[in-house]
Amino acid sequence: MTEYAVRVRGLRKRYGEVTAVNGVDLDIRRGEVFGLLGPNGAGKSTTVEILRGHRARDAGEVSVLGADPARAGRGWQARIGIVWQDESAAEESTVQETVRHFARYYPRPRDPDEVIALVGLEEKARSRTKALSGGQRRRLDVALGVIGRPELLLLDEPTTGFDPVARRQFWQLIRALADEGTTIVLTTHYLEEAEALADRLAVIAAGRLLATGEPATLAGRGEAEAIVRWTDPDGREYEAVTAEPTALVGELAARYGGEVPGLRVTRPTLEDVYLGLIGHGRDGGSGHGGGSGHAGSDHGRDGGSGQGDDSHHTREGSKR
Amino acid sequence: MTTTAVHTAPSATGAPALPGAWRLGLIRGAMEIRLFFRQREQVVFTFAFPIVFLFLFASIFRDHMQHTGATASQYYVASMTAAGIMSTSFQSLGVSIAIEREQRVLRRLRSTPMPPAAYFLGKIWLVMVTGVLETALLLTFGATVYGVNLPSDATGWLTFAWIFVLGITDCALLGIAISSVPRSASSASSVVVLPFLLLEFISGVYILIDTLPGWMLTVGSFFPLKWLCQGLRGVFLPSAAAALEPAGSWEYGRIALVLGAWCIGGLLLCLLTFRWKPRDER
Repeated sequence: MTEYAVRVRGLRKRYGEVTAVNGVDLDIRRGEVFGLLGPNGAGKSTTVEILRGHRARDAGEVSVLGADPARAGRGWQARIGIVWQDESAAEESTVQETVRHFARYYPRPRDPDEVIALVGLEEKARSRTKALSGGQRRRLDVALGVIGRPELLLLDEPTTGFDPVARRQFWQLIRALADEGTTIVLTTHYLEEAEALADRLAVIAAGRLLATGEPATLAGRGEAEAIVRWTDPDGREYEAVTAEPTALVGELAARYGGEVPGLRVTRPTLEDVYLGLIGHGRDGGSGHGGGSGHAGSDHGRDGGSGQGDDSHHTREGSKR
Repeated sequence: MTTTAVHTAPSATGAPALPGAWRLGLIRGAMEIRLFFRQREQVVFTFAFPIVFLFLFASIFRDHMQHTGATASQYYVASMTAAGIMSTSFQSLGVSIAIEREQRVLRRLRSTPMPPAAYFLGKIWLVMVTGVLETALLLTFGATVYGVNLPSDATGWLTFAWIFVLGITDCALLGIAISSVPRSASSASSVVVLPFLLLEFISGVYILIDTLPGWMLTVGSFFPLKWLCQGLRGVFLPSAAAALEPAGSWEYGRIALVLGAWCIGGLLLCLLTFRWKPRDER
């Protein structure tokens, strides 16, 4: 048994003039939840299709559960589950019939009723597919993805169109599967989803891998400077970027004699890092572009001239 | 990793074998049939359509056909039975598979270790069951209302059986093949019905075989429907009616040859052209 569920080296795929995947390397360990993050058209779905053997690659080496997906047989297929975002089961079939039927395709399926309970569809077990809501259908899709007791589960944008409650329930389900030892690869463009679920992440855009790492430390996020924001009594907003936020807050507390008005201390969010990586941040080079969130702010950076001392860069904005 | 049993190699001793294509084909067939009968509208129209047409044609054209010992109504019983076989197989598969493709039902199946042959076998089972029911309805109607003689001996039924099985298999395979042609489910029924209608006209379903222009008959002879009609006339019309046929006989040998060849050709066509994804999806 190899340590890695998925190993990819130099993966390339072109569609005519368009290069969908351009030299991607991936190492996904067994038992890990791995997030593939990127904008639409980044090459995420193509990569997943190649991992499942549904699409031929143009170049590169791919090993999934120890086999080349382009050549692996049914025995290998039975060890992988996959859930796409826009699939459907037969409309006239009930949840229970569908799940039981799909169990027949596998050599060692899970118990269908258990799987129905796992995805929270017990009450709908006897409903026909056409009577299910969008979120319930997706849960049925997940049930069909895991009925074969997969070692590797591939999920393509699994929670698109979910309401917040359904999304949280889905996350619970994924965590439960991960706790059982299933390796999970999910593509998503919901950053909070990637942060909540993934042990490790890869950011992919225009077919290239931009960064790989744990959500908390991706692309230097862990070492990034903190942003301290406050409002002085006459309504002016301040924002300071500092490596020593505690010291700054201490100074401010002394200055205002206790509570600092409108105090907020933040680190760059995953979204800041992500937007910086894919080049959509306002000042991507700094590592926390686009995250300031001032209403209508067009503040300039005038480091040192504000109320912070030399170790902090302070930006000043005015409220209108 | 806690679930060690899951991570053993698939070929390891003691690992349960993958279910085979034949058994999965039966399981799929049972499910297809169950789901078919849940769509009440589809069931009613699938079965009613050829009977309505039989009623119309056999009521409009009822004369005795000279030197044949048969009426035009009886001719249409054989014709409409052939057309009914083709509509339950060719037409219904052509349209329903295009819908399954667009709704990603096919891609979902492709994501399982189900062998593709099991899917096709399931469709063949569905078509066999609906085809037998449709044919039984048409023949009962034809025998009671238009006085068609059903075969009185085992040989007659045996002839009917092989013509039915070969004919419906051909039409089912062609239906699976044509399902890959339409770009969307909404255009599927137009794409499937037009060639079906054309074939019905040039195969002597609506127009008596001896009044069709020779070139049409020649074109029709390349496709299975003409031979299916001819075989069913052979089974259900008096032997004197063979005088209507261009060859002056029922030509069972040639029927078997053409229908058999289409089984092989249709299978190859399916294997070479079948799409699991919609056409426009790269």
